[in-house]
Amino acid sequence: MKPVFVRPQSLTDKPFHFCPGCHHGVIHRLVAEAIDRFGVRERTIAAASVGCSVFLYDYFDVDVVESPHGRAPAVATGIKRTNPDKFVFIYQGDGDLAAIGTAEIIHAANRGENLTVVFVNNTVYGMTGGQMAPTTLLGQPTTTSPYGREFGQDGYPIKMTEMLAQLEGVGFAARVAVDTPARLTQARKAVLRAFETQLEEKGMGFVEILSSCPTNWGMKPVEAVRRIEREMIPYFPLGVYKERKGSDAL
Amino acid sequence: MPKLVIRDDRCKGCSICVEFCPKSCLEITDRLNPLGYRPVGLRDPEACTGCAICARMCPEVVIEVWK
Repeated sequence: MKPVFVRPQSLTDKPFHFCPGCHHGVIHRLVAEAIDRFGVRERTIAAASVGCSVFLYDYFDVDVVESPHGRAPAVATGIKRTNPDKFVFIYQGDGDLAAIGTAEIIHAANRGENLTVVFVNNTVYGMTGGQMAPTTLLGQPTTTSPYGREFGQDGYPIKMTEMLAQLEGVGFAARVAVDTPARLTQARKAVLRAFETQLEEKGMGFVEILSSCPTNWGMKPVEAVRRIEREMIPYFPLGVYKERKGSDAL
Repeated sequence: MPKLVIRDDRCKGCSICVEFCPKSCLEITDRLNPLGYRPVGLRDPEACTGCAICARMCPEVVIEVWK
């Protein structure tokens, strides 16, 4: 018998601590598969963030540096500049990348740092208890916006991919989702392209992945998966926003 | 016939695989696993085509598919 699907080698055997139905597990698998595909496991260093993704070092069989909240792009910049031959990726959530670390990600992107960024957008602060994030959708109730996010008080949800795609230093920027098998295939391709962008030294490879957070949305896992298509994708359109082609040097 | 290996001691019973199985051959079982969840099981092995959609959608990466 031949394997159709087995656990990627870059994932350790430790069970995930995530809540039932959380998409972090799927996204961890996509990243691990990309590491296996390019054979960069022995020279990969990841910069983990603060949030539900904080235990990255337990789940990936690669070296991981833990960063202060939001500062993973700054930490990764240091790693990549001192060790240009290493493969460096960052894995951040929306509270981490879009709120606390906005300055770090924008300047790392603008400097054209050769990094791969995996940005998990679930419209809420997960680990700290479901507070409103900059990506929280209008009308969405959270623990700090119990009557729903309101424009007059809280502003509009931030679109990070569109924003970063404007910058010259970004080689690849895409937004994908992992809620259906077809979109999962697209997401896999986007993660692979973001890895390639770094290996070809074309600047920052940025992938935003729309994901669910059943616990903080107060939904069953399957309902939460359906909400991505119903509410998130209309506001956060999927697609490749920037791709630096062929011989275009940075 | 394809072979599905489900590590049900790690399954958290989110039922995403059950929802997306095109042949509806998975189900949430009645028993409890050591984590305290009701794990998924293969209800109809004959209907399984080994497409591995369940394994790809599984957030815990507990399903392996061999063919």
